[in-house]
Amino acid sequence: MKGLSLFLGCVIPNRYPGIEMATKLCLAKMDIDCVELKGASCCPAPGLFRSFDKASWLALAARNIVLSEEMDRDILTICNGCFSTLADANSILKNDTILREQTNGHLAKTGREFKGNIDIRHIIEYLYTEMGPDEIRNHVERPLNIRVAVHYGCHLLKPSRERGLGSFERPEFFDELVECLGATSVNYPDKNECCGAGGGVRSALKEDSLKLAKHKLSRIKDAGIDCIVNACPFCHMQFDTGQEEIRQITGIEYNIPILHYTQLLGLALGFSPRMLGINLNVITDNQFIEKIENGQ
Amino acid sequence: MPETITTDAEILERMKAACKDTLKCMQCGVCSGSCPSGRHTALNIRRIVRKATRTTDILKDEQLWMCTTCYNCQERCPRDIDIVDVVFKLRAIAVHEGIMLPEHVKVSELLLEYGHAVPIDEDRRKQRAELGLDELPQTVHSHPNDLDEVKALLESCGFDRIRDNRNESVSGKETG
Ligand code: SF4
Ligand code: SF4
Repeated sequence: MKGLSLFLGCVIPNRYPGIEMATKLCLAKMDIDCVELKGASCCPAPGLFRSFDKASWLALAARNIVLSEEMDRDILTICNGCFSTLADANSILKNDTILREQTNGHLAKTGREFKGNIDIRHIIEYLYTEMGPDEIRNHVERPLNIRVAVHYGCHLLKPSRERGLGSFERPEFFDELVECLGATSVNYPDKNECCGAGGGVRSALKEDSLKLAKHKLSRIKDAGIDCIVNACPFCHMQFDTGQEEIRQITGIEYNIPILHYTQLLGLALGFSPRMLGINLNVITDNQFIEKIENGQ
Repeated sequence: MPETITTDAEILERMKAACKDTLKCMQCGVCSGSCPSGRHTALNIRRIVRKATRTTDILKDEQLWMCTTCYNCQERCPRDIDIVDVVFKLRAIAVHEGIMLPEHVKVSELLLEYGHAVPIDEDRRKQRAELGLDELPQTVHSHPNDLDEVKALLESCGFDRIRDNRNESVSGKETG
């Protein structure tokens, strides 16, 4: 297996940098061989740029992949959107010789070439497949006695024939990764439904998009949980910033703390909420932070 | 790349070629029944699939942009139609005809200028520093030569022309 390069994308470094810090702290603490991928751009976002122009979408995705090929490392993504773009583009370019030639025609102008010799990983499936819940449990210094609503997000699982992670209707691997940290993954209705952010809906038709988020938030609130854990900064933003936007539109307050998995993992590995940037969310819940810090 | 003058019939031909797959559709409605967006918005994906090869009206319909690309419909379609691909293709045809939501024009401009659809802002620079990260991430934000490459690629693909092809009537709400 190759080493990894960390692909940041846009939303994590530029909106929720706590997730970037959490990821770096966790990877270092668990001795995972991962270096920073320098000079990468927007993945580019699947719902937007794949919708606008396939050639540009493929060319920019290919360039990001090639940066990691040149280091002979697989790419590690921490965002379902980046995973979707890079994994799909990688597979299209590996299998479709015509599109690959066209794309390499553009890339040649930058002196680069797509070779097709690395894989794209998502941190959730990487941790699950390469380490597994049992090994991760051995790293836990602060077992988390909390109730968690897991939100997989769409593009981690689908299209399932591309992802190959098993059933998209009732997946369990993410829940197992949460439970090995001591937490309880609480079931709730419509657990696998979309947060509403993807496909360019949040960026252009925000009120429509928030209707989907509101539906999930109210289902989750009813389940009695301490926080929502996601695998994608765009879902993270939709649930966190979205709670404030929903409050402004409807007056309803959910007050649910939102954590990316790397932040939950970071807590279990012993880092403080502040080091992991959990306090940088729009929705800050001091009770939650106290609960973690006082060992519940 | 954006054609200057295209007739409706020519556009329809392009839609037919791009969305051939939809001819397998039996209008069972499993897709719309599985659609989380359709539960809360005007989106009727079964109708989009039906119209994909029949009328250019669909290109101007806001519904086309209410799909979150969650893939539920595609996973469950009994005829194995790649529905999300159909959505992508119809959207691309619309965009190449100059039909684009104003916020999407703005995001495209951000990509062209910064190489990021969501670039850094002042608050996040501070937050990064407080966390102990570099103020600017190690992306194109810190590497101007890489940003030049991104710009060269977008130019090579004609992406700037897609933006410039916008009709002037589009006016702005704020992007989020
Ligand atoms: S699920 Fe498939 S076959 Fe049924 S209406 Fe939708 S696209 Fe047509
Ligand atoms: S991919 Fe789009 S149309 Fe299909 S179920 Fe999801 S939101 Fe609805």
